[in-house]
Amino acid sequence: MHELGIAEAALRAALREARSANARQVLRVVVRVGALSGVNAEALQFAFAAIRAGTPAAEATLDVDPVAAVGECPACASTFTANDGFFGICPRCGAMGATLQQGRELDLVQIEITAP
Amino acid sequence: MSAIRRDPRPAAPGDVDRIIRIDVRDPAEPRPTPPGDPIPGATRVIRLSERLLDANDRRAARNRAWLQNRGIVAVNLVSAPGSGKTTLLQQTLARLEGRVRCAVLVGDLETDHDARRLHRPGVPVAQITTGSACHLDAEMIARALEALPLDGVRLLFIENVGNLVCPASFDLGENQRVVLFSCPEGEDKPLKYPPLFSSAHAVVLTKIDLAEAAGCDRIAAAANARRAAPQARLFALSARTGDGMGTWIDYLESRLLT
Repeated sequence: MHELGIAEAALRAALREARSANARQVLRVVVRVGALSGVNAEALQFAFAAIRAGTPAAEATLDVDPVAAVGECPACASTFTANDGFFGICPRCGAMGATLQQGRELDLVQIEITAP
Repeated sequence: MSAIRRDPRPAAPGDVDRIIRIDVRDPAEPRPTPPGDPIPGATRVIRLSERLLDANDRRAARNRAWLQNRGIVAVNLVSAPGSGKTTLLQQTLARLEGRVRCAVLVGDLETDHDARRLHRPGVPVAQITTGSACHLDAEMIARALEALPLDGVRLLFIENVGNLVCPASFDLGENQRVVLFSCPEGEDKPLKYPPLFSSAHAVVLTKIDLAEAAGCDRIAAAANARRAAPQARLFALSARTGDGMGTWIDYLESRLLT
């Protein structure tokens, strides 16, 4: 359950942004979660729901914007989505050593607040 | 959030062992309500770009620089509970004794059993008791580094909490992340935990002396490790019999700062 600490970081940042915008309430928090971030979206939402009470985000939902793992092949330069999480081997030419272009994201990208 | 997908094909008569697949992974395709569509009403959308592990990542970068300034290479050992991290470390410390000065940080939810197992003359060992935390983080390492006498140390081993999921997300400031899996766990272990294996610098198949007894196909285990971690160096060894230990020790010594 390392998602708890990550949900806390999301809540803390959302409340800080809401405060500086003089918002009354946070309605929505959007987090980008990469397929290889090691974070489970449902566990993150469960944790967020458990800690939001008593804050201006008590009614907020946490939405997850999933990011697929995308690798780039060093041999043929093609990029490919690794749906099963294995990005190291190029499906086009079979070369190893692809570099991950995206898929480890764990970012707070948006909050929605009631306008002051 | 995640879809529950069932195999849509109707069951054929006699098709008793057809597998019902319930997939609770997060769908890779964008969700139907994309972020950006505001909830109707007097609301305002604020776009941000804030890495949620930023505090940990910055702490890890400081740890890495701190260690490098002292000429210390840090190796983060990660595996499921019982894969043989402590036994491998015991044998590794014994083989490096008198040649490379080592120190150890070991994380567990409770007890200092591992720290006591690893204790040997001239090797500073610190136990990090995490309570309920399922992984070590960079702040825990920073605190432990302050407590550990590191004069002359060139190799710092960090034995993470036994867990193949959570430690994947947390950079500790290590130079090498080494992921272990043991023959009795089954040859397909690397395929089941892509986030961690794909982040490894090295993968070690342990307990190869038990391969036959455990029905583990070592060739398949290596192929699976290659697939899940093509970027990683691959080792197969038995800390108990010493088989394969030489290559592992050579690798560690090749990582030392001169």
